Amino acid sequence: MSPFGALLRKDLRVELRTLRSLPAMALFAVSAFVIFRFGLDRTTLDGGLAAGVLVPTLLFAALLAINRLFVAEREEGGFDLIRLAPIDRTVLFAAKASALVIYLVILELIAVPIFALFFLDSVSGLLPFALVLLLTNIGLAATGTVISTIATMSSARDLLAPLILLPLLIPLVIAAAGAGEHLLASDGPDYGRFGTWLALLGLYDLIFLLVGYATFDFLLED
Amino acid sequence: MDMARALRSITLRRLAIATVLVMGAGYGLAFLYAPEDADQGFIQKIFYLHVPLAIVALVGFIVAGLLAIQHLRTGDSKWDARSYVSIHLSVIFGVGVLLTGAIWAKGSWGVWWEWREPTLVSFLIVFLLYATYYPLRYAIEDRDRQARYASVFAITAGAFVPLNFAAVRAAQPLVHPRTFSDAGGLPGSMLLAFLVCLAGMALLWVTLVRFELTSKRASGDLKRIRRALGGGDGPPSPARSIAPVATSAMSQMRAEGRR
Repeated sequence: MSPFGALLRKDLRVELRTLRSLPAMALFAVSAFVIFRFGLDRTTLDGGLAAGVLVPTLLFAALLAINRLFVAEREEGGFDLIRLAPIDRTVLFAAKASALVIYLVILELIAVPIFALFFLDSVSGLLPFALVLLLTNIGLAATGTVISTIATMSSARDLLAPLILLPLLIPLVIAAAGAGEHLLASDGPDYGRFGTWLALLGLYDLIFLLVGYATFDFLLED
Repeated sequence: MDMARALRSITLRRLAIATVLVMGAGYGLAFLYAPEDADQGFIQKIFYLHVPLAIVALVGFIVAGLLAIQHLRTGDSKWDARSYVSIHLSVIFGVGVLLTGAIWAKGSWGVWWEWREPTLVSFLIVFLLYATYYPLRYAIEDRDRQARYASVFAITAGAFVPLNFAAVRAAQPLVHPRTFSDAGGLPGSMLLAFLVCLAGMALLWVTLVRFELTSKRASGDLKRIRRALGGGDGPPSPARSIAPVATSAMSQMRAEGRR
């Protein structure tokens, strides 16, 4: 088995056995929807408001997983084992980012249908919006993995990752919410600037995957 | 070695004098030569302060990213010190950008903050990101690790700067009237004054970076001399520091002397 496959399987198996991140993320997202229902005092949402509730909620839920991403490595000495293993260390970056994308897809498979059930009148825009969310997840995973490593190795831990990530993720929110505003409109999806948003997301993903790939080695050095 | 240091201090002095001259000329041109804006009146003069500050701060952030790349490639901590000082000064310039931007917005649009002005909003996001550079450094005690992580941050954030501007601009289909979107319309006299102000501001940034690095080096030397005079083994200061240690001329001299 390739090192990448081994590391990814390890992460997924640990999550499956301990269920440390996913249930918390899903519960957080659903509670946030209820909070928005009362905060906005609305029982249905569409357009910009729907995207404005859904996208930030998913982002904040993602922060829960990002905070926990390297906790096992830190506590059980996984970093030392990676350093000792005769493999390219960026494999850890690829495996962790992939694990994060998988967590986020599972979160969205749970949270987005519940969101639609709670608030949406028309669900026809959700299919193209899934593509937007997938590209958002990749960007989140790329920056999230790098910043999570930094935060895990620091003394501020859980504080540092959200602090750095919130401004860093704003372009993703702009693109995802911008696309969602037209896709989740009450009178059916509108593809007016869909291409622009996908291009922006793709560019973000590409840049930060490259940055992560290039710099991750330096984060693991001791 | 003394020659090199003397040379360095003279260059800093010359740099400072050049800064004063160019900035003086720039603001002289801006107030005496460039015509008053027909539309906005006197408040438009803040353009000669606000825009150069913003451009220099942003370029400074990107320069910090390039210096950080150099740090990771060479492992030499002097590049980290340079990257740190670049970010530090750009953040300080950034406070100036946000303040002058708010004043300009109040003067010409009647509001202290304008969300429809994409450049200002982008700048705020960049500023918020770089503000986290300090807690990041503070949270890592080990010197080498702190320097390496700070460099990774500086590279990530440096790549973020242009991307963020593109994203905020994309969120803005209706472009607000902007001085530069029709730069062709900027009269020659205004453009000249602006370019001289920009050059002056860039010189100011370089001077301050050099000054800060020199002062860090000097205070590092002073500390080392004090310790040497006070018996050689003063207790290390317990306070955690977020500023990188600049490689000092003193310790280099000592190392050479030993050889």
